Amino acid sequence: MLPSPVSDSHLPTTDHPKRRCTVAVTGLNAIDSPGPGVAVIRALREAAEFELRVIGLSYEALEPGIYLHDLVDKTYQLPYPSAGTQVLLERLREIHEREGLDVIIPNFDAELPNFARLVPRLEALGIRTFLPTLGQLEARDKLNLRAFGEEHGLLVPRQRPLHRADELAAAAEQLGYPLVVKGKFYDATVAHTLEQARQAFHQLSAKWGLPVIAQEFVPGHEINVAALGDGQGGTLSAVPMRKLYITDKGKAWAGITLEDETLLQLARRFVQGTRWRGGCELELMRAADGRLYVLEINPRFPAWIYLTAAAGQNQPAALLRLALGLPVEPWTTYAVGRMFIRYAWDLITDNHEFHQISALGEL
Amino acid sequence: MKLRKNIATSETGFIFNPATGDSFAANGLATEILQLLKQDRSPADIKTHLLNRYDVEPRQLEKDWDDLVAQLRDFQLLD
Repeated sequence: MLPSPVSDSHLPTTDHPKRRCTVAVTGLNAIDSPGPGVAVIRALREAAEFELRVIGLSYEALEPGIYLHDLVDKTYQLPYPSAGTQVLLERLREIHEREGLDVIIPNFDAELPNFARLVPRLEALGIRTFLPTLGQLEARDKLNLRAFGEEHGLLVPRQRPLHRADELAAAAEQLGYPLVVKGKFYDATVAHTLEQARQAFHQLSAKWGLPVIAQEFVPGHEINVAALGDGQGGTLSAVPMRKLYITDKGKAWAGITLEDETLLQLARRFVQGTRWRGGCELELMRAADGRLYVLEINPRFPAWIYLTAAAGQNQPAALLRLALGLPVEPWTTYAVGRMFIRYAWDLITDNHEFHQISALGEL
Repeated sequence: MKLRKNIATSETGFIFNPATGDSFAANGLATEILQLLKQDRSPADIKTHLLNRYDVEPRQLEKDWDDLVAQLRDFQLLD
């Protein structure tokens, strides 16, 4: 018999009166390279203690979450992160005046620095967050990951930042082929030749800017750990998942929860070392010799975060409690062998909805 | 020879290694052997059981046993 799912006993049940709460969530792009927002909302909706109004915050008019009315009550468009913090603050203030936001859960790497800078001003408006600090964001940044690993005793593949395409040859000579060429924020390509590496460099620099990162390729099994840090060094939750099906963009399309104390220890070491505040995802590679390499540390929940709720550790609901200043006890168990299998679904809507979000910036 | 403690096996022959996430399908005989291993029966004991139950030459059984053990090791299912 496979282990049965554990109950989510750390979060209050419906015996208590429900807390009314308005939560705004970004990352509604549930596409082939998905943002985590829809999964975060799905997990939040399962938190029995809350009566939620969920406000979606979008960047593009075709983010599917905008049209998922069972999950998202109302959506507002945000300015792109490149517009800066002041423009973002103005827009959030407008939305707050209409919706009375209690909590915002941002889910994009690129927007997190702006939100982290705005934390005191959002608090002054009465909007809570539970985010990593700017220093924490900087420390685990892809560009600093190798030094970060050395400082915290984590194994990180060798890597080099690249500002020009002609630096690729030297990087390839040092790191060998295949060579992983990674964008500053997202996306990565495994290049087997210098020509492929050059092509990847130009694509990634055009999309995400410079520098591009060249990283040593480590063969093995991809494993991710979703974790939640309390900001004091404590790990409230950690759930490891092995990717069972990987898309051509490197995203997990199916995965399964694992039982492996070394993965949990690694997550705890990271959270303790950084005093991580909020959700994060450790992207790991288990090499043939069993050694665990840290490929990336994402400073927010992953798109597969709903699996943590399905396995008995509802991390988004716990983060909501933390943002509201409510206590959360650390979890110690989760269901091993819980699987997710992502699927594509054609959502039907009318074009007036598309026109409305496009023209008015809200739906 | 011991099956790893946390290996999950079902009566239908499904094997799950929770440390790696790997799943395997075993045939009827392998499923029976795995169940006996889970009961902490020794290899010698299990082989005797199989010789009594099935029409098989001891030499053939030894060969098949070695193949099975090699596979179980390869799949990281043994301690």
